[in-house]
Amino acid sequence: MMTKDGKTIPVLTIVMVIIAIWYACVVWMNAPFEYDKAERAKIEPPVFSELVSKTMTQDRPVLPAPHQVAQEIYKTTVLKNVTSKRSLIYHSWITLSATILGFIIGTALGIALAVGIVHNKAMDKSVMPWVITSQTIPILAIAPMIIVVLNAAGISGLLPKALISTYLSFFPVVVGMVKGLRSPDTAQLDLMHTYNASTSQTFWKLRWPSSMPYLFTSLKIAVAISLVGAIVGEMPTGAVAGLGARLLAGSYYGQTIQIWSALFMAAALAAVLVMLVGWAHTYVLKRMAEKPEGVIA
Amino acid sequence: MTLVIAALVFWLAMWWVNQRLVAIDTGFNHGLAKSINFAVPLIFGITLFVIWELVVRGLEIPFVLLPPPSMIGARIISSLPILWADFQQTFLKAVLAGYILGCGSGFIVALLIDRSSFLQRGLMPLGNFVSALPIVGVAPIMVMWFGFDWQSKAAVVVIMTFFPMLVNTVQGLAAANHMERDLMNTYAASWWQTLTKLRLPAAAPFIFNALKINSTLALIGAIVAEFFGTPIVGMGFRISTEVGRMNVDMVWAEIAVAALAGSAFYGSVALAERAVTFWHPSIRASRN
Repeated sequence: MMTKDGKTIPVLTIVMVIIAIWYACVVWMNAPFEYDKAERAKIEPPVFSELVSKTMTQDRPVLPAPHQVAQEIYKTTVLKNVTSKRSLIYHSWITLSATILGFIIGTALGIALAVGIVHNKAMDKSVMPWVITSQTIPILAIAPMIIVVLNAAGISGLLPKALISTYLSFFPVVVGMVKGLRSPDTAQLDLMHTYNASTSQTFWKLRWPSSMPYLFTSLKIAVAISLVGAIVGEMPTGAVAGLGARLLAGSYYGQTIQIWSALFMAAALAAVLVMLVGWAHTYVLKRMAEKPEGVIA
Repeated sequence: MTLVIAALVFWLAMWWVNQRLVAIDTGFNHGLAKSINFAVPLIFGITLFVIWELVVRGLEIPFVLLPPPSMIGARIISSLPILWADFQQTFLKAVLAGYILGCGSGFIVALLIDRSSFLQRGLMPLGNFVSALPIVGVAPIMVMWFGFDWQSKAAVVVIMTFFPMLVNTVQGLAAANHMERDLMNTYAASWWQTLTKLRLPAAAPFIFNALKINSTLALIGAIVAEFFGTPIVGMGFRISTEVGRMNVDMVWAEIAVAALAGSAFYGSVALAERAVTFWHPSIRASRN
């Protein structure tokens, strides 16, 4: 069985193994280029020790070594001015702002829809199947069109990207909140009924508090998926700014190190966002448990 | 303007119809309840399309911004061969190959690490972490490694589907409770017998959950990967080039195909789930 303690050592071991495999792959995948170069220069192919050091210092390697990526990230975050277009922090900020805007709109929309679905039977039956269908549409495929079309309509910048994030993030919130708002059991609802509570009182004092655990679980998924939406949304705008644009520009010019550093930056961003939501989750649950009238979930 | 008012009137009328439909007391008439449950979302969907058509025509929104559904429908019918070729390239090759490989390898790795609690404790947090990452971003790297054809798209799909499958299967394999395992133990069942007769069936809901999540992820991965370079066929390729040429109706036709394929894919996985995990409470509840 998995216990809560003793996760650090296994995780670290596996991370080390992955890094070791990565280094091995670096040598293996970048070696053909070195052999090719040696053959063209008509010199002896490099011996193994030489080969290892050479494969890790290429300009445009097939697979960059971890330390090359780390160097690039350091160079483009710490050493560059934040306002510079070469700064990864600048690009991350652009992606992050679209992500957060989309996440907020998506969450608000999701909660509103969930409230409607829980309180109106016609909405429940008619909207819910379409909400589910809406997610089988690969929305990211429409992303370039939404961006281009909105640009043509004069809306550009943050909002089109944020809309893609919205579309992606409202779904987990709707599903989670519908479940959460329905989670109070019949006895609790009956109690509210005997208190002669109005619908809005039942909502604020019972349904809303008991939906919180569900909300935060959904928010974790929603924020991660918002980031994906924002990144993909940046690709078709002609690679102007943002992490998605860095990915696309990197792939156009074969700058593998740039791609990997943008990728790791995106991963770090996702980790931070999910962690922030996690903290908000524990904070809210703690606050609720302290209140005597709060519903302990 | 009259068209917009007509749209509004139609919407109100259909809303009223839906309100009346859900208010009907079906009693024990399951057939009636079923047909109402089917009709209500259908009416809602039709209403959406009618409003779309009427509003776009009524407000004279330029077709470049948003073509009416009838125009998209005409486009689908007139360019079926192109759509079919794109569907073949993206869905039948990239998505299916990547989906089977990704889900299969995730499942097998989950079985392999089943006996080692050390590997599980190490891999599970990582798997959960990777599931939250924007993995689509590896698409340019995969295109660089595996070339422009469908293999690189399948590779993206493999990476995207692997981790949800791994995490869910490991969770599912832990789902059988102690009592049940002890019973298998008293039967002197081997690890393999316990696996096939108890733990895999118990894990089935989790595995199908991953299969469902992956069915949408796979299509997204394949289409997005095509933005980074493709041969001149494929759904992602068609979308990005037709957007550039402002042929928005073709883009919408492609999206309709993608939506249809995505829904059908998801639906078939869901059907398989109903058949395999017929014993699960969530499915028994919806049956009666």
